[in-house]
Amino acid sequence: MTEIELLSWARGPGLQIATIIFVAGVVIRIFEILMLGRKANLAEAKGSEMSSGLKTIVSRTVPDRDTFQRSGLTIVAGYFFHFGLFVTFFLYAPHILFIKDLIGIGWPALPTPVVDAVAVVTIISMLAVLVNRLTNKVMRYLTNFEDLLTWFLTIAPLVTGYMAFHRMGFTAPTLLATHILSVELLLVIFPFTKLMHSFTLFLARWYNGAISGYRGVAS
Amino acid sequence: MSASLEKGINALKEQVDSTVAAFFSSCVHCGMCAQACLFFTETGDPSRTPINKTEPLRRIWKSEYTLLGRIGKILGLSKKVDEKLLTDWETLVYDSCTLCGRCSMVCPVGNDITLMIRKTREGMVAAGHAPEGLIGATKRAVTIGSPMGVTWKALSAQIRHVEEDTGLKIPVDVEGVEYLLLLSSMEIMNFPEFIEAVAKIFDQTNSSWTISSEAFEATNSGIQIGASDIAAELVQRIVDVAEKLKVKTVISPECGHAYMAIRWDGPNLIGRPFLFKVRHILEVLDDLRTQGRLKISGKEARKLTYHDPCQISRRGGVIDEPRRLIDMFSDNFVEMPDGGKMNWCCGAGGGVSANERADEIRLKVFQRKKDQIDAVRPDAILSACSNCRIHLEDGLEEYNMDIPLLSLTETIAEHLEGSEV
Repeated sequence: MTEIELLSWARGPGLQIATIIFVAGVVIRIFEILMLGRKANLAEAKGSEMSSGLKTIVSRTVPDRDTFQRSGLTIVAGYFFHFGLFVTFFLYAPHILFIKDLIGIGWPALPTPVVDAVAVVTIISMLAVLVNRLTNKVMRYLTNFEDLLTWFLTIAPLVTGYMAFHRMGFTAPTLLATHILSVELLLVIFPFTKLMHSFTLFLARWYNGAISGYRGVAS
Repeated sequence: MSASLEKGINALKEQVDSTVAAFFSSCVHCGMCAQACLFFTETGDPSRTPINKTEPLRRIWKSEYTLLGRIGKILGLSKKVDEKLLTDWETLVYDSCTLCGRCSMVCPVGNDITLMIRKTREGMVAAGHAPEGLIGATKRAVTIGSPMGVTWKALSAQIRHVEEDTGLKIPVDVEGVEYLLLLSSMEIMNFPEFIEAVAKIFDQTNSSWTISSEAFEATNSGIQIGASDIAAELVQRIVDVAEKLKVKTVISPECGHAYMAIRWDGPNLIGRPFLFKVRHILEVLDDLRTQGRLKISGKEARKLTYHDPCQISRRGGVIDEPRRLIDMFSDNFVEMPDGGKMNWCCGAGGGVSANERADEIRLKVFQRKKDQIDAVRPDAILSACSNCRIHLEDGLEEYNMDIPLLSLTETIAEHLEGSEV
């Protein structure tokens, strides 16, 4: 297979397969959670489930003072890489064009040098996250193979994307093919790993807020 | 209680619902829950990280309720729940967790980890992996009606003493009254002043109330040990009496988990809504305050702080009421850092105080509470849970701190208009 053939496969069938697995996987995972259901609360309510649940979806993004003091690095690095992933993925002009080609919807991009700088910050944050994971006593204890795999498969598109943009080491088609393949790998494992938190976090936060809110406590 | 691994696994399966599945699906192993848990912050032992305590339940969820997990199970790749796991986890699930709920407030993805640990206990006890102390307390609750073995005879003797001391009549088994007062064994045996305080307050506010000779025990070992069937039986005893006496409101006394059991878990345990209301004593007092019936004279200058019992505040929703009540008689109230819904647990809730094996660790983790108290250096600490009270007194003594621990209800009774202060 030549590098051009590899690139065409990655842009064509590869992407289709990965997208199908991603979409079907996410739908199945969410379905298998919701299908379990939960019993209605029979105790007399002191507050609202719905509004508290919705509030917690937003409020849980900001930690309380004590938690921030105790888990500062995890929180700051976490903000940086999540924000960075969003910017590099959704606000980079070529990505937007690529998506527009696929589904016909586009939106304004950030200037490329800005995205480039954000990519560097994001990669550094993710390295900090890894060092933290391997050196922090609690995180090291909790860390399993899946944590390392998802870390690697999340940073891979960033690194390959950065290399492709700066034409580092290889020819353009090879770099681009590698970048697209790394994204496809991420899409394929996404529904079956903790990466699912990108979707289920809304459910989890809602449940948390609803359970607390029912008892009159803002969580 | 006949127990087996199979029963334990089945009990864990029954605990998995959409909340549990959403929570486990969302955990990213960030470890932030450890920093919210006094059993980690004061020991530095990473195995005590809250989410780690749910491992038995997580394995069941993964292997039974996820696509990949089910495939793994067929291929023999999934991690099993076995005797060894449950033996290793027993001290994490019972001795190192008070179900205080702080971890559930800080988890960035929103996992109610406390609920997951509570659910894990259902499997532990069904598999025969609960602490002896809690098993004993639960057996006494079922057979005698009280985890401490307190009988009606003992309570009626205390009632007689209170009647002699106050000159007030304590109503027993009276039908059609506003309030049915429940008590914890701890109050009956160690703090009968609580009964006296309620009698005085209800006398001043002209409230009709009663104590039942059939169902007076508020505590519920079933929810601490994690046996819903037993918890339901204990709740049913109260429901039967409350409905027979046709009371409007059942009062949960100064006991954290008792409030959780009867107020929030109760109707769900017996499978139907109650025909009466359930209120914590502080909610009742705050209502009387709002109605202008609770009359206090004078304000005291002692520097006071309030220890929020976890099940009453963070897990129960009674946070503003005690502060409004304290404001009635205090000019010098100070909040501890993290006071209110983020308050640190005393270290002895959730069955820890009934588990002798945990005596050492509960006093060790008291260091967190000590630091919190040291930050404000109060003249006295108010609280509204006799379990917190006993343990706080124990901890203060252990750490050579000479600070009195006061019941909020009793303190209000002392400040009633016309009473001696």
